[in-house]
Amino acid sequence: MNIRHRVETLTEPVIEWTIRLCGISAIIFVFGIFFFVFREGSGILFRGFDLKEFFTSPAWYPDSISHKRYGTLALIAGTGSVTVLAMAIAVPFGLGAAIFVSEFCSPKLKETFKIVIELLAAIPSVVWGFIGLTVMNELIIEVFDAPIGLTVLNGGIILALMSVPIIVSIGEDALKAVPDSYREAAEALGATRWQVVYKVLLPAAKNGLLAAVLLGVARAIGETMAVLMATGHAVKIPHSVLDSVRTLTATIAAELGEAPVHSDHYQVLFLIGVLLFSITFVVNLTADLIVKGIRRK
Amino acid sequence: MSFKLHGRMTGWLTVCLVMAFFLSFGACSKKGDEAGTSSERFVIQNSGSDTMVNLAQAWAEAYAKVDPSVSVEVSGGGSGTGIAALINGTVDIANCSRQMKPEEIERAKENNGKEPREFVVGYDALAVYVHKDNPLSEITIKQLAEIYGEGGDITKWSQLGIHYPACESDEIIRISRQSNSGTYYYFREALLGNTGDFKMGSRDLHGSKDVVELIGTTPCAIGYSGMGYATERVKMLKIAKTAGEPAYEPSVATERNGTYPISRPLYMYSLGEPTGDVKKYLEWVYSDAGQEIVSESGYVPLPAKERLIGRKALGESA
Repeated sequence: MNIRHRVETLTEPVIEWTIRLCGISAIIFVFGIFFFVFREGSGILFRGFDLKEFFTSPAWYPDSISHKRYGTLALIAGTGSVTVLAMAIAVPFGLGAAIFVSEFCSPKLKETFKIVIELLAAIPSVVWGFIGLTVMNELIIEVFDAPIGLTVLNGGIILALMSVPIIVSIGEDALKAVPDSYREAAEALGATRWQVVYKVLLPAAKNGLLAAVLLGVARAIGETMAVLMATGHAVKIPHSVLDSVRTLTATIAAELGEAPVHSDHYQVLFLIGVLLFSITFVVNLTADLIVKGIRRK
Repeated sequence: MSFKLHGRMTGWLTVCLVMAFFLSFGACSKKGDEAGTSSERFVIQNSGSDTMVNLAQAWAEAYAKVDPSVSVEVSGGGSGTGIAALINGTVDIANCSRQMKPEEIERAKENNGKEPREFVVGYDALAVYVHKDNPLSEITIKQLAEIYGEGGDITKWSQLGIHYPACESDEIIRISRQSNSGTYYYFREALLGNTGDFKMGSRDLHGSKDVVELIGTTPCAIGYSGMGYATERVKMLKIAKTAGEPAYEPSVATERNGTYPISRPLYMYSLGEPTGDVKKYLEWVYSDAGQEIVSESGYVPLPAKERLIGRKALGESA
């Protein structure tokens, strides 16, 4: 007994430190990545790079011989429009499905449902892109009489389908984490099933649900291959959902391979990486502040 | 966020871990096998042009029968990607549908201490494709420049003098290639000269085949790709140098006699003088059997004189 006690006093700090290191490593990785991306891209900032053009010009001509222009406005508009549309579709569907799976459907249906949704999450993004390029393209041309089907709409639908599984499974977990006593109490007060969901479950699970939506947004912003294929990859500020666009991520994916290392083009692509990093950071920060705001009330 | 791993999920995790374990085990043992045979088998790394990827693949497959001790590994990605790999020294041969730029040659020399050697291995008539229902049958270089070039005025099919009911919006949908494509560079130069730029807003696709496929399903589209990629859902336009001159369709004959205005050589680059198996492979590419595959893949083989020149260049380097 005594020996066992001594072994435990010895191993305890080791385990504690290992776990602490695991926790810290996440922070180190994030800062490490940010540092690396910024270092690769920052060189051009000290060579009189026109940041105003970078943010406000839609002209993206990285490979022009006579007049190179690095304006990302059209790319930012592309990422923004596709993500917003994807979320407008995915959030209602995802949260609705999460509520249905967690509260309304029979256990047997629930099992099937969850397996199918997990299957949806397992489809590789290049396959989604291929569906966008072939099936959806023809469908959109036919239904909307559009000249081409590789559009914001196409990319948005594909991205929505890709982020729904994440929103459903995390949202459902959040709803399940609400203690049954809440539901029982509400029902005892005579609330209908809808009132239970609306008045009790949603407020109680809001943090988890917000996390679900945020992970969906992050997936949509960060997705590369599927949008590269489905949006048409055209540098253009969209005027409707039937316009083609190009996203920030797709631009990096398509052009980094041939940009000579440490050339202007290469460094601008890394600056786009920094920009993407900042966008996700701001999204997360805002969400965090919103959650804190809700909590304070 | 508070959600726990429930029973089923941990079950799945276990399954995944076990599978990952076996997969990694399998991968390791496979690697071992390869290491065992690699001493007898020479691998030629070959990457680059998307236009040439089918051709290079066909060469590699045929060469496996000619010399089983050599295996040629082909990958695409675009001429720019192949050149970047050559500069980094990770491939033996880079396929290119455009010439290497002087600064690229300079960087390859700096990085590897060897000068890239250029070999013309065939020709391609770059075809301009439209949907098969499109009534347009010929177009001039000037019109193409107006459609594709920055500042060009043509945006509607009716401006080309055709009535095209299948394309209701009348808008010309420009299909282009991503900028690491040699085809993209060649087409831009052929249309707009050394300094011109394309109009923004073209749909930039990732592969030669994707271009043709998309045009096949999009009535309003126009695009360019190697003539080896033609399908029955698209139509190749006849091309005239200027209005008034006769227009020619892309074919082996019109490429050969120089009447088709946008044809280009297909290149292979090696780092320094090719030696050993790489040299033997290139010699075989110049042989009749190798050139037969060029025409089978839909491209234009070298005339006998140029085959000789190529083989001589290889011979002299020995």
